Amino acid sequence: MRVDRLGALLSAAGITALLTLPFVVSKANRIVPGTPLALGDVVPAWAAFACYALLLAVALVALGVANPRLRLVVALAGIVAAALAVAAAGNTLTPPGNKVVRVAPGAAWWMLTVCLGLLATDAITRLRPGPGRRVLLLVAALVVAVLAIAHGTFDHLSIMREYAVNATRFAHEGARHVALAAGSLGAALVAGLPLGILCYRVPRLRAAVLGTLNLIQTIPGIALFGMLMAPLGALAAAVPLAAQLGIRGIGAAPAVVALFLYSLLPIVANTVAGLKRVPRATVDAAQGMGMTSAQVLTRIELPLALPVILTGVRIVLVQNIGMVTVAALIGGGGLGTFVFQGIGQTAIDLVLLGAIPIVVLAFSAAVVLDALAEVMERAPA
Amino acid sequence: MISIENLSKRYGATTVVDGVSMHIPRNSLTVIVGTSGSGKSTLLRMVNRLVEPTSGRVLLDGSDTRAEPAHLLRRRIGYAIQGHGLFPHRTVAENIATVPRLMGWDAARIAARVTELLEAFALDPNTFAGQFPHQLSGGQQQRVGVARALAAEPQLLLMDEPFGALDPIIRAKAQDDLLDIRRRFGTTIVLVTHDMDEAFRLGDHVAVMSCGRLLQYGPPAQLLTRPADPLVSRMTGLADRAIRLLSLSTAGEAALPGSVEGPEVPASATLRDVLSELMWRGVDAARVTEADGTARGHLTVAAILARGRP
Amino acid sequence: MRAPGVAGILRAVALGLLVAFLIWPQRFAPLFAPLTQYGAPPIYDQGNLLALALAQLGTVCCAAVASTVVAVSLGILVTRPSGAEFLPLSRTLVNVGQTFPPVAVLAVAVPLVGFGLKPTLIALFAYGLLPIFENTLVGLKTCPPAVLEAASGMGMSARQRLMAVELPLAMPLILEGIRVSLVISVGTATIGSTVAAKGLGEVIIAGLLSNNNAFILQGALVTGLMAVLLYEALGGLERRFCGTVRIE
Repeated sequence: MRVDRLGALLSAAGITALLTLPFVVSKANRIVPGTPLALGDVVPAWAAFACYALLLAVALVALGVANPRLRLVVALAGIVAAALAVAAAGNTLTPPGNKVVRVAPGAAWWMLTVCLGLLATDAITRLRPGPGRRVLLLVAALVVAVLAIAHGTFDHLSIMREYAVNATRFAHEGARHVALAAGSLGAALVAGLPLGILCYRVPRLRAAVLGTLNLIQTIPGIALFGMLMAPLGALAAAVPLAAQLGIRGIGAAPAVVALFLYSLLPIVANTVAGLKRVPRATVDAAQGMGMTSAQVLTRIELPLALPVILTGVRIVLVQNIGMVTVAALIGGGGLGTFVFQGIGQTAIDLVLLGAIPIVVLAFSAAVVLDALAEVMERAPA
Repeated sequence: MISIENLSKRYGATTVVDGVSMHIPRNSLTVIVGTSGSGKSTLLRMVNRLVEPTSGRVLLDGSDTRAEPAHLLRRRIGYAIQGHGLFPHRTVAENIATVPRLMGWDAARIAARVTELLEAFALDPNTFAGQFPHQLSGGQQQRVGVARALAAEPQLLLMDEPFGALDPIIRAKAQDDLLDIRRRFGTTIVLVTHDMDEAFRLGDHVAVMSCGRLLQYGPPAQLLTRPADPLVSRMTGLADRAIRLLSLSTAGEAALPGSVEGPEVPASATLRDVLSELMWRGVDAARVTEADGTARGHLTVAAILARGRP
Repeated sequence: MRAPGVAGILRAVALGLLVAFLIWPQRFAPLFAPLTQYGAPPIYDQGNLLALALAQLGTVCCAAVASTVVAVSLGILVTRPSGAEFLPLSRTLVNVGQTFPPVAVLAVAVPLVGFGLKPTLIALFAYGLLPIFENTLVGLKTCPPAVLEAASGMGMSARQRLMAVELPLAMPLILEGIRVSLVISVGTATIGSTVAAKGLGEVIIAGLLSNNNAFILQGALVTGLMAVLLYEALGGLERRFCGTVRIE
């Protein structure tokens, strides 16, 4: 029987973690140091036994079974079991009515979930799902997670406690985060698409424009924010109308301008690349049929260039979602405020409250846009 | 020089090469010809063990090729492929010097060999030695590929569709150059192609393969006059076999003694070309002369036609 | 040596200005004075600018060396026949990993190893792996098959083939990956100042805290220039050493 080396690696890592590292860490309140606890300490014996048995089965499948579907199913079962176990631990360790106790997943839980996640990812990769299926998988996972959270399964975990405290602010900053990322993308599309088309039509412009945009791209995010703050502040001071519109040296304005500038390169570059890919013969035929330049552009060239442009949109959206995180430093808001607040207070739960939604947003955007680009690629022109 | 004994290659349930045996003499030029999927490339690659045989063995000068590690065996065998595979990041001279360097030759010997080969392939060393592959034309790249294969003075040269990527005019020149090179260096050559005309033009011996089996191995004339299998005749072509047979002999070989009135034809011309010339001019006979001008004899249309039969 | 064009001159000027500013910051005070209010110091005075810049550069380069070694080794391993089963997962991880903002990696490292240089190095190393690993994968996998076949057919052993053919041909892409990784690292290291790592982010954050636009601009300009110059320097290196590699 051929032993699957990836499975062996992941099983060894997961099992070692489970045996040596704490499963949960429990704190009487936010500031005291926590007590590490193992799985057996925090759930009833039958549950612990069931968990161990399931994880053992997962390890065996990971080692010896090649069928990706089976591997995916057991990996997902393992993730669900671990999640339920840690939720149950939260319930057990929190006396009823107590809102001060903090129960957080420990290193073993993280390691286990990461290993199971890698196993599931490997299985999905081997199955090579089409774009529709990938989106479906994503939506299913998100729905399950949201339902579980809404149902209150994880309410006793420290991260949900932080959420409970910050619920309205979370919604507000979350919406702001998406608005900043999407807004700058929208602005970049409005400016970048025509610029890209221009660069395609006029090759001499290409080097200069792409070179400049490339240069902007090289400047780190926070540096560009910083460089824009002074001019925007000066603008707000000199032109009262601008200040009334909300343009100030700090806050969302420099962030939006910087994100807009960063978004230009992928849009322009991908527009040019996409248009270049359109076969000359197709364009010739269209012109030969009597279409005007504009008609050729809108009916032939842009639709055929769409998949590559969509890839550019994906790059921008993922990049922007990440960069809005940093905008929190200059007062731009967004989920990054939780991240930096958490760093300041050494509260990992706050950090995760900000970081996890950001990662989920970026990942979802990537999956959906990639799937869209792939569907466009396959669709008959 | 090469003994292929009952060589087979199977991938799972598919047999790609099926029990091929043949003996390739030293200094010969053997062409293995067949359609795609006939197993000819796989057979070639089993000689230098780029593909390991499922069964059977290959003896090189009497010793089994499996007796030493594969990569050491391959350094003693020249290998030239379609698409030449020149290293884009190395100059022409460095490309050619690859195997000699692997074998530890000293720098002076390597430099001399590179110059010798470049001159043999009509590439001026001063111009070409320092250039990179992308700066050369397709024909030049192909020549460098063959030069590289010959660099370490191998006794055996394996070629896998080396002229496939060249356009027809350059291909004919490249084929002639190969014959010159063989005369000059005396290497045993085994060449794989799907082009029957090329096989007939180049080969002392031709091996015809189909579906993994060796149908016939022998001099090209034999394939025409005594085909071992109807499939061989179909592949060599039934319609123009007589003309093909004529293309295998030269005027010099078939010349009758004596002289006649008529145009001059070179002794190196094929009988097919001589017949064509006679038809064009509407005459019955021609004088055969050597390259230096001495008379060799004469040929008549009747004599030529007689040669077009088994 | 070719005469430097406009770009070359601009680069030299930028480098000159940067070095001048770092060594004699006070000379530039008049330039920054208009940005300050109420007599605040125009030049960052809570630390030595040169020392901070060098510290940040040092952090970035250390992490870059470590990332390169690990990423290239992993890339080689995964593209060998013996590592083939790890290849599909590697590709997916590269895709997925790039959706993680670098800041998140930094933020998560802090509770694990504390404040200071350690989480910054870890974040830089971990995030820096991705572009280099991805480019190593692509570079090794897109080696022209005819060239590999010829190399095997000539009698190169697998190791010789890797060192003499595959790696040199993949080098331009690998260098490009290192370039991208470095630029992102400079940005992340700047944010590392929020977790008490020594770097130019300090200057920007001090400016944000005390509402001093001069500090913010200084920190931003030096960081930006450093990133751009590093990028250009590596670009020059790439052109010099890999200019001969052209794959049809």
